[in-house]
Amino acid sequence: MIELKNVSKTFTLHNQGSAVIEVISDVSFHVAPGECVALTGASGAGKSTLMRMVYGNYLTQFGSIRIGDLDIVQAEPREIIALRREVLGYVSQFLRVVPRVPTLDVVADPLRALGVPAENAQARAEDLLAQLNIPQRLWSLSPTTFSGGEQQRVNIARGFAHAYPAMLLDEPTASLDATNREVVLSLIEGAKTRGAAIIGIFHDEAARARVCDREIDVSAFTPELAA
Amino acid sequence: MTPLLSVQGITKRYGAHIGCADVSFDLYPGEVMGIVGESGSGKSTLLNCMAGHLAPDAGQVVFDTRADGPKDTVTMSEPERRMLGRTDWAFVHQHARDGLRMGVSAGGNVGERLMAVGERHYGDIRGKATDWLERVEIDADRVDDRPTTFSGGMQQRVQIARNLVTGPRLVFMDEPTGGLDVSVQARLLDLLRGLVRDMGLSAIIVTHDLAVVRLLADRLMVMKSGRVVEAGLTDQVLDDPQHAYSQLLVSSVLQV
Repeated sequence: MIELKNVSKTFTLHNQGSAVIEVISDVSFHVAPGECVALTGASGAGKSTLMRMVYGNYLTQFGSIRIGDLDIVQAEPREIIALRREVLGYVSQFLRVVPRVPTLDVVADPLRALGVPAENAQARAEDLLAQLNIPQRLWSLSPTTFSGGEQQRVNIARGFAHAYPAMLLDEPTASLDATNREVVLSLIEGAKTRGAAIIGIFHDEAARARVCDREIDVSAFTPELAA
Repeated sequence: MTPLLSVQGITKRYGAHIGCADVSFDLYPGEVMGIVGESGSGKSTLLNCMAGHLAPDAGQVVFDTRADGPKDTVTMSEPERRMLGRTDWAFVHQHARDGLRMGVSAGGNVGERLMAVGERHYGDIRGKATDWLERVEIDADRVDDRPTTFSGGMQQRVQIARNLVTGPRLVFMDEPTGGLDVSVQARLLDLLRGLVRDMGLSAIIVTHDLAVVRLLADRLMVMKSGRVVEAGLTDQVLDDPQHAYSQLLVSSVLQV
């Protein structure tokens, strides 16, 4: 479902003496449907960078990243937009929303973008928010004022609203208490059961051991660290 | 898929000075594209060339018309282009007073565009105008008030209602949230996002506010000195800018 071949990336900082930083070099791996692969490595090894490259958020200089039939590296913006709407979900570490939009609408938004009728999208959003223990009195408020953990859970609810065939999870269990961590892990297990291919970053080792089938140490592909 | 708008080699000079040079891109149905750059980078010149307000010195602006398919709007006749401007195209000005008749009631401003496409039944026109004003969150009991009695944010919303009432397929926006305070901006952004999604609109938004494009635009073009220096997915250009000028632009934003 997700396949990386000889992928490399450099950052060129034009305004800082044109410094060229090689961050990822020659990564190849693939993730099958129903499989969860963990990216590991010390902070700064390039886990999030690699994940952002798979999402098309960072540009990839060399190699190919195929998700389903689409090569992200060569794709037109509109193809990536369609892919993100239908196929590829991403739960980032931070929630980014239009200010003043109610939490319920934030969570229902990915479904609305797919053309799901408002009532159905809302029902799914309510279900997820309830599962993730966001009190109902907060649903009509904007999540921008929520605590870190609450925002993280809203972000997860949003990321799981649509049953994406491929998912990227950046620290989904960080800053969660035991109960909510358990809910998130079972959501991930549920996604695997329905056949989603998942790439995840987990600093929580127990969580990683439970949901991930394989680990890929990113520091092996980081030139500056390997040298 | 046929692009809704295909822009090829648009160039506009002001004497020896370049307004914009050799700009080309395709916009597909349902896409929202942002154009950013510092003032004087040519983004408004480009927008006005595309919308038919300025005649470009070279290039084509091919629009996929409902009746005849793709047609170059630069060479089409003035009446034809004006008709487009009243039906399939809409233009939201930075200053609402440039896009509204300040001496005519809010309802009249919205209804005028309906009359321009041939609606004549007063009751229908009034009904639709009221409906649209409510969609942009203006109370029905303000329909007969003039925009001069409205706040800046309300005027901007009346302008949006006036533009969208005829169900356009392409909306040009020039700094739609410029000059509004941030709380009004947020509400307007949410409104625009909902309208774009529900009506399947395509839009081109010129702004210098990177936060606005991040929330509204799927794609982004960065302009400098009349030329496009970088284009791509909005979040990719903002998070991993490749060109020296885009890097400078992104790193110059103050963090709140």
